[in-house]
This record gives sequence, structure tokens and C-alpha cells, in this order.
Amino acid sequence: MMGMTITEKILAAHAGIDRVEPGQLINVKVDLVLGNDITAPVAIHEFDRIGVDTVWDRERVVLVPDHFVPNKDIMSAEQAKQLREFAHKHQLTNYYEVGRMGVEHCLLPEQGLVGPGDLVIGADSHTCTYGGLGAFSTGVGSTDLAAAMALGETWLKVPESIKFVYNGNLPRWVGGKDLILYTIGQIGVDGALYMAMEFTGPAIEGLGIDGRMTMANMAIEAGAKNGIVPPDEITRNYVENRAKRPYTFYQSDPDARYAQVIEIDVSKLEPQIAFPHLPENTRPVSEAADVTIDQVVIGSCTNGRLSDLQLAAEVLKGHRVSDNLRLLVIPGTQDIYLQALREGLVEQFINAGAAVSTPTCGPCLGGHMGILAKGERALATTNRNFVGRMGHPESEVYLCNPAVAAASAVLGRIAAPWEVE
Amino acid sequence: MTLKGNVWKFGADVDTDAIIPARYLNTSDPAELAKHCMEDADPEFPNKMQPGDIIVAGKNFGCGSSREHAPIAIKAAGVSCVIAKSYARIFYRNAFNIGLPIFECSEAAEAIEEGDEVAVDAAQGIVKNITKNETYQATPVPEFMQQIIDAGGLIDYVAKRLQGQNKE
Repeated sequence: MMGMTITEKILAAHAGIDRVEPGQLINVKVDLVLGNDITAPVAIHEFDRIGVDTVWDRERVVLVPDHFVPNKDIMSAEQAKQLREFAHKHQLTNYYEVGRMGVEHCLLPEQGLVGPGDLVIGADSHTCTYGGLGAFSTGVGSTDLAAAMALGETWLKVPESIKFVYNGNLPRWVGGKDLILYTIGQIGVDGALYMAMEFTGPAIEGLGIDGRMTMANMAIEAGAKNGIVPPDEITRNYVENRAKRPYTFYQSDPDARYAQVIEIDVSKLEPQIAFPHLPENTRPVSEAADVTIDQVVIGSCTNGRLSDLQLAAEVLKGHRVSDNLRLLVIPGTQDIYLQALREGLVEQFINAGAAVSTPTCGPCLGGHMGILAKGERALATTNRNFVGRMGHPESEVYLCNPAVAAASAVLGRIAAPWEVE
Repeated sequence: MTLKGNVWKFGADVDTDAIIPARYLNTSDPAELAKHCMEDADPEFPNKMQPGDIIVAGKNFGCGSSREHAPIAIKAAGVSCVIAKSYARIFYRNAFNIGLPIFECSEAAEAIEEGDEVAVDAAQGIVKNITKNETYQATPVPEFMQQIIDAGGLIDYVAKRLQGQNKE
């Protein structure tokens, strides 16, 4: 009998069976479900139609208003109010109000609400982020969320897995964002459609937990069901004093079956830029010269964590933001914001001429707090550069890592970090 | 059930921001969402399409966000079904869950041209191009998904299941 991958093992454990095969349809127990201020209102409407008195577990239904908060307009305020009222009515223990909230996929791992071996579904496509901790997590729509809020279960098709092996040492200024952008550039935006992306190899073993979450976060940008990193000591150090529930470290068997194994040598990799209008349009930063930009955004569920802010501050040190450009820095959670304050990063950003915002998804999806005008161009540490993603349909978004974002903010054009050293 | 209409054709990797831009997601009212359906792919689409019309697209239709507002907008605009080479997985689930008929068919996605009149036998997955007098076979729907469709969508499926449990 063939061995199983980490994804298959987590799915089998939550289906209450010994083994699963790719393609098999299974009913699984979920450890946690998640909704936000865009998706939860639809889910709440559907939940109320099911005819159950309350949610399956009031400690495991998490609601985080983060997309259009602090409320951007009256209609958004109505949507956020629906979450608040639902959380109150069902006495949810994990509703995060403005002032305590964060960008959901930065917040949940930080608060210890997800851990290795968990199975989590969320009505947000970037729910796959938690794979960075060795969990199976995937995005669903609002109706799937509503059903799981009532049942504590959902159905899944067991995905095939692609194993990515990252060999070599990561060059300076190259991190998780560059690995995942490069990978999407290689396989395309549907290169892992319906599949699991398993990120392994020496370069991953040396990558911090933030970078691992960045990689898993963008698995959806290759069409994947989930991205996952085998948990290790780095994972343990991150979760051991946070986890609110017991966790399990699963590892793929040596004889596990993969649809494909892709080896990538990272030792010569440059920071990557995804050009408009798909994340797969990647180029090394040295081939992105002469692209002038109007706005730089550092933040989001992809790169709004403390190490991202530290990296940006390191590059900005002693420099000022170009006169022709706005730099927006958005810490992912209140804890990250506080830590950035303590370390002097926020002061550094403000002294450099940046705007620092309370946590929000805001500009990443063209919601608020940094919308682009017609013809404007942004460079962002976010995850999508689709047409109109950050504002006007005739604006453009380029994607990059936080160091490149900071260097580019100084020079007013897409630039490599070594250009400002 | 036969779904019949004229075709509007789109390319590959149509993302959910193109189907319904996030600037309109401060509501989930289907009628409001319908007014902006496909707006960033074709600003005129909401005005020029007729109820019953069919969207035909390339690979990876509905990629990106998990927003269920995307299939809701398409359905509320009056589009009778979508035919594409392949679908992003969250969109695929969402479409079934809210009752928007979608069909996976590479042959149809390539052969059908904008303006063609097409009729789809939903139960059999048979796509008939009336204009070109051609027929294509869509990938069969997994049996489990068919149960959700037969129940009238996921919520009714779950509600029935819970009623069954209460009787036990």
C-alpha cells in the first residue's frame, strides 16, 4: 500500500478513516470555520434558512470584519453590523471588533486559533494561509460556510498533491514571496488547479513561519485547493505558546504519491515582480527597470506580518519616500502594530513619509484606504494584480516582496533593494 | 431542462474581480450585483445581454476570490448558464451551491463563437450549437454534486439532512 501525503493524512483523520485516495469524496469534521464582513453576511442569510437554533460550536465559528473596516461607507457599516449582531446573538467567543481585529489570516495564527494538523475552512480564498503551519485549510464560498456553521462538517474531494522541492540557499532579499511568485510564474495561475501544493526542501526548512504563511497564502493564485509546509521545530516554536487547542504534526510518508515533483534551485533567484494582470506574469526585479509607480502598499494577509515590516524598515532606513509617490504601510494585526511601535518601525515609516494605517484589507481588493485613479500604477506586497483590483479598471498593480516595495518607494520606480543600500 | 440563449464569449482566467468588482461588494443584494456583472471584463455587458444568454469562456473561469457574489451576479443578471474549459475550484462549488448551472466543456469553449445560439440539455450535459449545427458533450457532474442540485442547493440539502437526524 502506498504511503500518504500530509494533506491526505489530515483529511483522513478528519474523515475518521484510515486512508484516503486522491479523487475520493469525503465528509470531514472541521476544527474551525471563518467568515469576514463581505462573505459572512451572505452566510448568515443562508444559515438562517437552515432552521437550526444556533451554530455547531460557538468557540469555533470565527467572524473577523477586516475587508471594509473601519467602515468605509453606510452600506459596509450595515454589513459589519450584521456580523456584530450575529456574534452577539450566538455568543461567539471569537468575534474581533475594530480595535482588536486584524487581517484575518494574520490574526488567526497569531491568536493560536489554528495549529498544525487542523482542518479549517473559511469564506475567504486566502484561508489556505494556515498551510504554513502544517494545517489543511482552504477557501470556500458563503453557502459552504453557512452549512459548516450549522454542521461542523463539510465535504471535500481529496486533492492530488504536487511536491515542490526548493534546493539551495536563499539569496539576500529573496524570501517566501519570491519563491511563491516564481513558482506561480513557472506553473501558471491554474497550474495546481484543484490540487495540494506541498512546499519542501532545504530552502523551506530555513524559511521563517511568516515566509511559509506567505507561500501557502498564494497557493490559491495557482488554483490550488491548499498549500502546505511540513511542520518542524520552527513551527513548534511558533505555536507552542499560542495554540488554544491540541495540535498534531503530520508528515508525508517517504513513499507518498505525487502527481508531480518539481525541483527548484533557489540559489540564483532574484526578487520577483508579477506584472499586470495575472500573478503568473513574473519577472526578476532586474528585468523590471523603468516602471514608474504612484503608490506602494506594504501589508495584507500575504505580507503584513512583523518580519515583513522589519524588512521594509531595514531598506527604508536613512531614506525618504519619493516625492512622486504614496507609501502605505498596513500592519496585519494590532499585536503586529504594537510590536512595530515598540521596535521603532512605525516612527521610521512616518519619518520616511509613509502613511501607517490600522489593520484592514482595504487597498488590496480595491475596497478603501488607497484606491487607484485611472492610469495609476501601484506596487504592492499583496496577492492579486487582476484588472481593477486596486481601483479604476484602467489602473495597474504589480506584486513584490516587502524589501522591493520599500526600495521602490524610495526611488519612485520598481527597484531592487540593493539599489538603495 | 433546456437552457437556450445567445453567447457572450470571454477569454481565459476570467477572475471574480472581473465578474463582480470588490467596489460593489458593500451589498449582497442580487439585483444590485447584477447591474455590475462582468463590468471590468466588458463594461457594456449588463446593458447588452438578454435574459437567457449564455457565457462561454476559456480555462480557469472564476479564479481569485471566494466571493459567492460572483455566481450570484451572473445568475441574477439572467445568464442561463456558463460553459467554460475549466473552473477555479471555489467558483465551481459556489455555482452549484447557489444553483447557477455551469458546464465544463473544452470543445464547446473553443468552437462556439460570440453571438452563436446555443441550447444546453442540463441533465445530460449536451451542448447544442444551433447556429453551427454542432453538438458537444460536457464533463459529467459528480454524483454527489448532482444530489446537491436535486435537493435544490446546498442549504436545502443540509436542512433535509438535519430534519432526518431529528426524526431518528
